[in-house]
Order: sequence, then structure tokens, then C-alpha cells
Amino acid sequence: MEVTLKIFRYNPETDRKPHYEKFKIEAEPTDRVLDLLEYIKGYLDGTLSFRRSCAHGVCGSDAIRINGVNRLACKVLVQDLGRKKITIEPVLGLLVLKDLIVDMEPFFESFRAVMPYLVNDEPPPKRERLQSSEQHARFDDTTKCILCACCTTSCPSYWVNENYAGPAAIVAAHRFIFDSRDRAGAERLRIMNDAMGVYRCHTIFNCTDACPREIQVTRAIGEVKKAIATGKID
Amino acid sequence: MNNYHQFDIIVIGAGGAGLMAALYASRGASTAVLSKLYPTRSHTGAAQGGVGAALGNQGEDHPEWHTFDTVKGSDYLGDQDAIEFMCNEAVETVYELEHMGLPFSRTSEGRIAQRPFGGHTNNITGQPVPRACYSADRTGHMILQTLYQQCIKNSVTFFDEYHVIDLLLVNGVAAGVVTLDLATGELHVFHAKAVIFATGGHGRVWEVTSNAYAYTGDGVAITLRRGIPAEDMEFFQFHPTGIYKLGILITEGVRGEGGVLINDEGERFMNTYAPTVKDLASRDIVSRAMFLEMQEGRGINGKGYMYLDMRPEVVNKYAVEDGRKRPDGSPYVVTGEELLSKLPDIVDFARTYLGVDPVTQPMPVQPTAHYAMGGIPTDMYGQVVIDEKNTVMPGLYAAGEVACVSVHGANRLGTNSLLDILVFGKYSGLKAVEYSNEVAFQELPEDAADFARQQLENLRSSQGSENALDIAQEMKSVMNDYVGVFRTEEGMAQALDKVRQLQQRFKNVQLGDRGVIFNTELLSVWELGNLLDLSEVTALAALKRKESRGAHAREDYPKRDDENWMKHSLAWIKDGKVELGYKPVVITKYEPKERVY
Repeated sequence: MEVTLKIFRYNPETDRKPHYEKFKIEAEPTDRVLDLLEYIKGYLDGTLSFRRSCAHGVCGSDAIRINGVNRLACKVLVQDLGRKKITIEPVLGLLVLKDLIVDMEPFFESFRAVMPYLVNDEPPPKRERLQSSEQHARFDDTTKCILCACCTTSCPSYWVNENYAGPAAIVAAHRFIFDSRDRAGAERLRIMNDAMGVYRCHTIFNCTDACPREIQVTRAIGEVKKAIATGKID
Repeated sequence: MNNYHQFDIIVIGAGGAGLMAALYASRGASTAVLSKLYPTRSHTGAAQGGVGAALGNQGEDHPEWHTFDTVKGSDYLGDQDAIEFMCNEAVETVYELEHMGLPFSRTSEGRIAQRPFGGHTNNITGQPVPRACYSADRTGHMILQTLYQQCIKNSVTFFDEYHVIDLLLVNGVAAGVVTLDLATGELHVFHAKAVIFATGGHGRVWEVTSNAYAYTGDGVAITLRRGIPAEDMEFFQFHPTGIYKLGILITEGVRGEGGVLINDEGERFMNTYAPTVKDLASRDIVSRAMFLEMQEGRGINGKGYMYLDMRPEVVNKYAVEDGRKRPDGSPYVVTGEELLSKLPDIVDFARTYLGVDPVTQPMPVQPTAHYAMGGIPTDMYGQVVIDEKNTVMPGLYAAGEVACVSVHGANRLGTNSLLDILVFGKYSGLKAVEYSNEVAFQELPEDAADFARQQLENLRSSQGSENALDIAQEMKSVMNDYVGVFRTEEGMAQALDKVRQLQQRFKNVQLGDRGVIFNTELLSVWELGNLLDLSEVTALAALKRKESRGAHAREDYPKRDDENWMKHSLAWIKDGKVELGYKPVVITKYEPKERVY
């Protein structure tokens, strides 16, 4: 089948401002959108620039906007789109550096700010720390995050305020706050209680829809809000 | 010198091996990690089923059993001192990761959960033993995330999207690297006392692969260009269960949880090829069995794939047939819900890419190029050794898939790669600290960046008309057909010839992007040059090895030949030509025997 890709283009070396370019190509219904981008880059326009690596939805490199919603290019098949006109744009809220490549640094900065690592200064046992399956289940969902930024860059609150920590950083905080082995939950809750923390979330659910790992992002944010409100982590 | 940086230790690559090395290195010396990807994009994150360690949480187990299984799995080409070291270190290393916060799945006692994997056995009964410590089916993801988190906690310095192009050697020792900053297109020189390569593998040589786009063998290609040999390149693992045509990995953990391979007659077939452990034989054996079934016309619908079946009713049926029990002695019975909770990602992959729900339908799978047993030769502390006598090159280290210690020999067991990156990442970091604290910086020449610049300029200024994607496709296709699961003299010679033609055509490759900012095309094409070099070395080393051992299976030499071929190959590129040498295998306790599973 023939599909038309309308792709956001911006090359800082040659373009004064961004524009869109159309490519008509043959595609199989089972092709990934990433396969189409690879084809265009390989045969039609070598300057088309985007990030990618694993090509099956676990590395988080290729978050882009496909027909107006955030997706990983390697996790959407042509047949999933239900149309032959495909609009491809960089994610919103981060500076475009070239074509579909955005500046990820502010995103990782927000991530680093929530202490995204286990804190526990008690001497560990000789073997593993014990944790029941129930305790593990409490934060299992948020351990799936691949830091692709689909959620954060789909969030209208983030679009209007780039200082907002954003869903991905809150997901990272959640992953440690509810880990029975961690001891810095109170500190992370203080960070999340900041003006740029969880209360910027207006439960719009874009993040949950955008997550390629099917993390219940809005629910995780709600759990962090509740822990702040009650002062209890349970 | 513009864009000049100085650190005691440079780590190249930010997957499991690189991050583990960086954690240990940064505790004792100034350290920077250079990675062509953002660290969390590294391919360690794609590993699924588990990391091997004889914790014995779900049945009796011992590091000695793990050692023997690994030696046997390697088809006796692994160095036994290094294997024993790795398997002994495994237990403590897994606990260390747990203490760092790795969210392992748990047993009912709250301990790290373990599942059976191919080739891991109880050495008394020969039956599969649960040795793979897992976090659902995203163990690699959790290792990568946990190590990256620890690096943030410890303020490790990263240069993300810095693509290493060249290694600097001065007076016969490592002195730094030259990298391209993807964002600006500028070259940067990193001056160092010690350099640790942790750049991963090169599965992108083959058409059907589980490997990421980034897996282009940069580390081996760069060191080959600097006169350092590559070891055992003829041994490349084909994982039995890649998604048909796409190659995306479906973990061996599926079979660990009771899934079985099924042929077109609706029958399990692994019982014929490996009567004791059946579907949990090691990967080389299972991949060959699938090919043989297909050759006999028992591929599904006569085509090049088999079914991997994990429907609960099928799992339970064969569990009864095998007499499989839970650790508490009760019969092994699973529900769809349980399988979904243990293997959520592969269920998602099957639904996304195949439109198949593995809880109710079998998955079409075929062998997929998966793992490089060969690589940069090292000793068991990550120190690079550069000849038949294992002479150490001072200041140079390699760890993880890019390295060949050799702990995997001719065939790696599942779960041993995640173990390898942790153990040898750690020790290369420790050794690099020890070394860099004792030596001074070598003086770099003024033109340190020239060789890197020249390589990239040649590509950028080429006026030819060859298309890089066409060359890549032809390389992948010929390597898949002739240097794949089964090999013959004629086929490999043909592949070698073809690859050499492609190397000539590569000189006339045409770039569409001549800019500097994020010129990802330039780097992809440079990576293709690496893949072509590694294809040539692989095909030649394979052609010369006239026996079958582990992943190297020849139709014309179907038997292992310990008398003539119990040795590691070493390949050098000298004046553009590949030269081969050999060095002995280290044997300590285990005399070579025929492998039966």
C-alpha cells in the first residue's frame, strides 16, 4: 500500500524555520513507523534525523508524535494507524535540535532531581534484603519506565510550565517511595510537594495514554499526592 | 588542542558492563563514561530472562554446578579458570545488585526468584535447575536502570551521544580516545591513563537479529584498526526464539516457565534432540534442531519458522509428561494469569508485532542472531591481551559482549551475559584504578585526532554512487545465508568473497547528509564499515576452523575435533589483510567430553 508521511523538518544549518515535507512510499501494513523512517533516510533523504536503537520498544530512543499523539516509532505499525496519511513530528515541550531530535537534557535533569536511586544506609544482610511479593507489587508498575519522555512531553501542564517535574520524574519518585527497602521516601515527598511537583498534575491522563510501557502514570501520581496529603506511605 | 579532556579512566559504552566499570572506577580515580547513546538506551536493557547465579533459592544449587554447566555449554572452548571465577563471583554480585535496589521478582519467602534456563542443570540428576535470577522478563532493563541510578547517586561523569571513533596508543600503551560529539559534529580528544571498552556486540552483521541498531561492533573494529586482535570471531550465537522475520527476542524464560517448541505436526521435537532437558538444551543445540526440523519439512506450513507454545494447557500437558514439580514437591501447574505476570513484556511484543496473544495462541519463531562469543581478547580481570602468549596491553581493558575472556567459549548459556557484564565490568573498573594510580599520562601527539578525522572525511567527501543501505542489506543477507546456524566450505567462501566486494563498493558510498549537526547518517555509514570488517573476520575465521563446535556448525565437518581445534582463534588486520593465529584453551578441572543434554 502507498502511504504519505508528512514529516516535521528543521535543520539548523540550512533552515531559518521549521517546515513540513511529504514523502510518498510503499509500505506493508505490518511495517513499523520506524521502518518507514529508516527507508526514507536510507533511500530518499539522508539528512532526515531521528534517534533509534532497539527497535522494539524497550530502549526509549524514538519517542515522536505520530498523528498528534506521542508514541515510540518502533512500537506503532502502519496497520495500527488506520489511515494512509501519517503526520510525524518531534515531541512537544523540548527544544528541537534537528528534525525529530529534541534536547533531552531538561527531561533528565528533572529525573535526577527526585533522587532516583535506592537510599538505605543500614548495613545490608549477607544475602538479599527480604521483600514479599506484595511489597514488590506495590511499586512494580513504575519500575517498567524506560525514560522515553512520551508521558512528560504529552502533558499540557508541562507544555505551559517547563519547570514542572513532569510525569516521568514523578514515576521515578514513586518507584522508590513505595519500595519497602528505601529510606528516603519522606525527602522525595518533600520534593514532590514543591510548587513544581505533583500538584501541577491536573489528571488529564495524556501521560497514561502515551506510555508505551502501559504504566498507570496518572494513578502513580495520585498515589504520590495521597502520600503527601496523608503523610503516610502505604 | 581544542575539545581536549583529561581523565584517569575513560569508559566507552554505558550498558551494564560500562556502568559497572564506571561505578568501581569512579571510586578510585577520575572517570568519564562516553556513550553513543543516552545510557538508558543501551542494549543491556533488552535482556529479558535473568542473570545466572547459584543462589539456591528455589532448589539445591552450587557455583561448581554453574561452572561445569558453563564449561559444557561452551563446548569446552571456554577458559575454565575464568569461568570458575565468574560463577563463584556470581552469587555475591547478584546480592550486590539487590542491595543497590534492583527490584527482583520474589519467592514466597521474599527471596530473589529464580527460574530454569537452557543448559543450567543439577549436576547429579541432569535435570534443569532454577538458576536465573529474574525481574519478570525485563531483568536487563532493571540491571541497566539500577546501575544508571547508582551512577547518578555517585555523580559519575557522562558524555552522552559522544561516538568513539578511534583509540589512541602511545609507546605501546593506551593513552586515550577520539570521539565525535553527535550534537555539534566536532571531534573531541579524551586523554586517559586507562581506557575500558564496553561497547557491546555486532549482531547487525546478520539479517535476522535480536540486536539493536547500535550493535555495530565499534569496539572490535576500532581496536582491530589499531593492531589489536579479535578472538573467536567465528562463534556467534543464534538464539532459537526470535519473532519470525523481525528477530525480536522472545526469552528462553518462556521455556523455563514450561513453554515448548512445536513443529508443523503439532509435536514437541526437542525430546528427540535432547532427551533429558528437552526444550531447555543450550541455544546452539536448539537452533540446530529447529533448522533440521525445517529441513525435513516440519517447519510450520513448510516455512522457516516453528511455534513457541506457552498456552497454559500446553505447558501443563508437557509438565505432566516431564514429571515437573514445584520446589515444594507439588505438581507444576500454571494459569494464564501467572504466565502473564511472569512474562508481561514478551506477551506485549507478541501482541504488538505479531497480533498474537501467547496465552491463547502459539508464537511463530525462528533462530535470530543474538550474541558475540568472540571479541577483544582479555584475561579474567578485563585486561586486554594482544597475542598468542596473552601479553597484556597496559592501560587497555574490555568488558561485556565486546570482550572475549573467554567465559562463553563456542556457545554462551542464557543468563551468563548479564553475569559477565557485571563481574567483568566490576573487575575491569578495579584493575583500571589500580593501574592508573601507578602510572603517569602518556604524552599525546599533536595530530591525535587525525586518523578519526580522516575516516570521517573520507566518508563525507566521497563522490561515489553506492547506497549504504543496499550494501548493508547484501552483507546481512549473505552472512545470514552462509555464515549462520549451519555452514559449509563453499558457502563461507562465497560469503567472504561477497563481503570483500562490498568492502570495495563501500569506498564509493554516497552520503546524503554533509552537515555537521546530528549527522546520524555519517555515523551509520561509519558503523557499516565496522560491520563489514567484522563480517570479513568472522567469515574467514569460520572458514578456517574445520570442525563443528558450539555455535560453529559445519555440514562438511560435523564433529568436534579436540585434537586439532581445541584452541582460540585470533584475527589481526595487517595492511588491510586478515591474518589468523591461535592460542590454547585453559583447562583446569574438566576434561573435554561429548556434550549430551
